[in-house]
Amino acid sequence: MLKALKPIIVKEFRQIRRDPTSLGMLLVLPAVLIIMVGYALNFDVKHIPLVVFDQSGTAESREYLDNFKHSEYFDYAYEVRSYKEIERLFMHGDAKVALVIPPAFGHDLLAGHETHVQILVDGSDANTAGQAVGYATRITVEFSSALILDAFRRAGRTFSQPIEFEPRVWYNPDLVSSKFLVPGLIGFIIMLTGVISTSMTIVRERERGTMDQIMVSPLRPAQVILGKTLPYMAIALVAATLILILGYFLFAIEIKGSLLVLYAGIVMVILGALGQGVLISTITESQQVAFMISVFSSLLPSFLLSGFIFPVASMPVFLQVLSNIAAVKFFLVIVRGVMLKGVGFEAVWPQFVYLTLFAALTLGISVKRFQKRAQ
Amino acid sequence: MSDLTIEVHDLTKRFGRFTAVDQLSFTVKRGEIFGFLGANGAGKSTTIRMLCGLLQATSGTAKVGGYDITTQTDMVKQNIGYMSQRFSLYDDLTVEQNIRFFGGVYGLSETRLKERMAWVLSMADLRGREDSMTKTLSGGWKQRLALGCAILHEPPIIFLDEPTGGVDPISRRNFWELINRLSGEGVTVLVTTHFLDEAEYCNDIILINAGRLIAAGSPMELKTTHMTMPLLEVTLTSGSVVEVLETVRVQPWAVETSVFGTRLHVMVTEEGAGIRSIQEVLTGQGMSVARVERIVPSLEDVFLYLLERDGQKSQAA
Repeated sequence: MLKALKPIIVKEFRQIRRDPTSLGMLLVLPAVLIIMVGYALNFDVKHIPLVVFDQSGTAESREYLDNFKHSEYFDYAYEVRSYKEIERLFMHGDAKVALVIPPAFGHDLLAGHETHVQILVDGSDANTAGQAVGYATRITVEFSSALILDAFRRAGRTFSQPIEFEPRVWYNPDLVSSKFLVPGLIGFIIMLTGVISTSMTIVRERERGTMDQIMVSPLRPAQVILGKTLPYMAIALVAATLILILGYFLFAIEIKGSLLVLYAGIVMVILGALGQGVLISTITESQQVAFMISVFSSLLPSFLLSGFIFPVASMPVFLQVLSNIAAVKFFLVIVRGVMLKGVGFEAVWPQFVYLTLFAALTLGISVKRFQKRAQ
Repeated sequence: MSDLTIEVHDLTKRFGRFTAVDQLSFTVKRGEIFGFLGANGAGKSTTIRMLCGLLQATSGTAKVGGYDITTQTDMVKQNIGYMSQRFSLYDDLTVEQNIRFFGGVYGLSETRLKERMAWVLSMADLRGREDSMTKTLSGGWKQRLALGCAILHEPPIIFLDEPTGGVDPISRRNFWELINRLSGEGVTVLVTTHFLDEAEYCNDIILINAGRLIAAGSPMELKTTHMTMPLLEVTLTSGSVVEVLETVRVQPWAVETSVFGTRLHVMVTEEGAGIRSIQEVLTGQGMSVARVERIVPSLEDVFLYLLERDGQKSQAA
């Protein structure tokens, strides 16, 4: 059984070597994408341009505003004297947040009265707006608490904050986007290249007419499928390793957990991608149609539904259900778990079960359809 | 072992409502060169694909090499070689790589593969060109390489589907010499073709039209048994053959009329009377006739006659 695979595997590697475009896609694309995604795709919101309308102009208001000046989340860019100017800056996109301090600010604080600060946000960039409100609120609350503590101390009473709130971010303390994205990128690349190359190589043989020649021989469909897809398994493993190496050297992304579990997960998702590709090849006879179906069925679910960028839990229920067709979704749990959290097999075995089922199902149906084609 | 290597009984293939092969029955003896004749779309390729186990029949049975094509497909595949219309070779591999691939697929041992490779290279006249890319080979060489790759495992039965398509006449002739040699060695060859001159090289032929068998027999049998009425050939000295066609065709004594290049073939009920009638009607129209004589019908004549008759039959049905 295995001996017969050798000529097919050898031939496939020879053909891949002679086809520079597909080779480029398989090896160069991962490298290019990781650089683009790691450096350019950034969800970290910092240096939000801020405009200040200080109607108080007292020492107290300046003390308050100092906190914003020294915050890395804000870029203290403009000081204005009217709402109109705020509007103008917002319209031009020069500022995204505005702080308006009322004239009585300093006086009220000294008198121990409650005072208000107005925060205006440009909501057209919802992501930044949400973050900006959050940061500004935090800074204000801290300032407010500090004032209260100060007041108690001056009155001779020691007082401590009822609740000391200290968030600690595990696994990715700086909340660096690249650590979040790069593991997902591995899954995305494997899915995309694996599905496309496998479906194309089979449909190409069929279009050329050589598939008939192979099917007439004593080879069984399972042998043909295995022989044609194993080379792509090898290439995908190389691409995944390349991404891991680049991730380490460019973005200091380490693998906290077991390399064995990580690669087991990679192998399983590759098998799923190959299975999906072969399945697509049994649906159509045209290379162009196969290519389009491959791209859409791997790109869209892996990018949009798997949790690669957008969290699944935030999606409407029916999409959450649909997301289960994306093998990458389960692979992401494994790869993020192993790389960032250092989990072991016991934490991710359900995901492994799913990936095994996915691969078994796609490959199994493909073999059946291959046999059925002789009808 | 039985003398019959291929036995086909009422083989039928339907694709939805379209019947591609309609109750085909024939037998092929060992060592024969058996020809499948028919127009494009007549069902030749479909029949071959069924016999090779590439397609499953809708109904009917067939045995290839003594093995049933439906229940013993694997055994059938071990004993046949197949060459498809498109010379299924890998353009992006070298000559040697193609041979090695197909040899590996048929499980040839290294020693046997080396022997067979040497044989194929010499048969195809490709010695010294082992490292050429297959896509650089011209038609004739590709054809022979494809045949070589199909019979690396020395199968007793070979199926050739339009093996001489797009190949120059000299290469075609050489190819048929090859086939004859193989047949002489006891290999059964089943060839499909729509070149009628090639049909003359076969021991036995069947004529297929719209999936149905129209005629069967050796080339000589076909020529003598089907056209019982004399066939006359009219050669003109001048004038258009189409005009002559129009004139003769409407005559009541002209059974069948067809154009053959610059000549006219007319089937008549009686030789002498026929010749006279033709000369009369043509000179009467002012056309000069060089010669009118009886000829032995060629396969093409028989073929056209039978197709015409079959067409009329299905219209009347």
